[in-house]
Amino acid sequence: MLHVLVCDDEMGMRLGVLRTLQDFTMRVPDVEDAIGFVIDHAESGEEALDKIRRQPPDILLLDHKMPGISGLEVLEQLSGMKTDMLTIMITAYASIETAVAATKQGAYDFLAKPFTPDELRSTIRKTAARLILAKQARKLAEEKQQVRFEFIRVLGHELKSPLNAVGGYLELMKARQQGSELASYDEMIDRSLDRIDGMRKLIRDLLDLTRIESGRKSRSLAAVDVAATARTAVETVQAEAGARKIAVRIRAAGDVSMQADAREIEMLLNNVLSNAVKYNRDGGSVDVAIERRDSQIVIAVSDTGIGMNSEEVGRIFNEFVRIKNDRTQHILGSGLGLALVKKIVQLYDGAVNVESQPDAGSTFTISLGVGQAS
Amino acid sequence: MATEKPLVLLVDDDEDFLFQQRVQLQDAGFEVITAQGQGQAEKILADRRPDVAVVDVMMENPDAGFVLCHHLRKNAPSIPVILVTAVNSESGIDFDMATEEDRAWIKADVLLSKPIRFEQLRGEIERLLAVKG
Repeated sequence: MLHVLVCDDEMGMRLGVLRTLQDFTMRVPDVEDAIGFVIDHAESGEEALDKIRRQPPDILLLDHKMPGISGLEVLEQLSGMKTDMLTIMITAYASIETAVAATKQGAYDFLAKPFTPDELRSTIRKTAARLILAKQARKLAEEKQQVRFEFIRVLGHELKSPLNAVGGYLELMKARQQGSELASYDEMIDRSLDRIDGMRKLIRDLLDLTRIESGRKSRSLAAVDVAATARTAVETVQAEAGARKIAVRIRAAGDVSMQADAREIEMLLNNVLSNAVKYNRDGGSVDVAIERRDSQIVIAVSDTGIGMNSEEVGRIFNEFVRIKNDRTQHILGSGLGLALVKKIVQLYDGAVNVESQPDAGSTFTISLGVGQAS
Repeated sequence: MATEKPLVLLVDDDEDFLFQQRVQLQDAGFEVITAQGQGQAEKILADRRPDVAVVDVMMENPDAGFVLCHHLRKNAPSIPVILVTAVNSESGIDFDMATEEDRAWIKADVLLSKPIRFEQLRGEIERLLAVKG
């Protein structure tokens, strides 16, 4: 329901508007219910001002020429007031001077007297659609801001927690809690360094994510050989994989190059491969299969790790989600890696699919559109 | 007469918190067992009976600590429980144990807000052990 206030000194005009609009409804895209109108009226500019100051309507139908204060003066007096109200000026003679003056005072549209019921409805329809669009846009902006606040809140927690941990260890060292031998503090020092590493990784992921989200990162698209990038990514996980006797294999069929930003494909593969190693069992394996299917490059990364249940699979692409259980408790991560993967995949008009079974392993299948980077 | 060291069960998903509180409690003359979540804690409780339990609220699930407290009250009502939480400061979810109603659903003897000082934790543990006799 939109509230309309008709301000005109002629009773005939007020009644005419009431009759035309009281049963009038209209539809707006993306709004489920039809929109109807509630009509109120004022006989003078003074009365209208009084009503608007108490409760501004959505739409003000305002006659220009009235005894007492004029329509323009009403607008002038309302100019400081913050409202979403849109004003339609009713003018007996559609003079350009009046139109310009009224626009300067914030009128949204005009109706020249005399007007037909159809003309009134058409102007109201246009004005109402504009109002509702503005409301929708504001609601969307508010929701976006809410998501942002939530992100910052969790981020604050994620940044504070390593600081608290390292601070705690330093306090224990300061108190010589384990005696005066420095070697007695090795475990505390190692743990502190681990937490600092984790924080560094979090900040790096965060910067990557923000850069990709903002779209401001200068992307350089060139032919990227996905198989070669995968081999480089394997090198970065080789130290951990070697230490835990995890075999990492790459199989690429045919030409798997595509138009892409090399850094993005690298981030994508690094994240998925490092997960496949991190969440694997000692002595397990990671298989990377890359192939071209029509206009897509499909990358499947399978591990023999701890796997996930379907509820967990449903959450992992959200920011700061980390699966907590007995087997993940010693594994460090920023909780942003897969969120980053998802963002990158979207840039390539692609998709990520996850199949996973607890205790058996997971397969992440990523498809990227070839040469469709946008 | 040999006095046995009181046994403290520490339950928190934050490994560093566990480590730091454990070494200090051991230093202060307690025996300590740690668990990184509700699941691990329940396993430990199957064959050990701590003199006091210190439980974090948010672990593998946001309410894992509350659930563990309920189980402790039901199965081992004689073990005093200290509930530790960062919930107030981090999520904005507000609760305390000021009202009868809150005390009825939060099955803990003491509620401590993180960050906690060791001296504070130790004080509460010693107080609860003294009450228990």
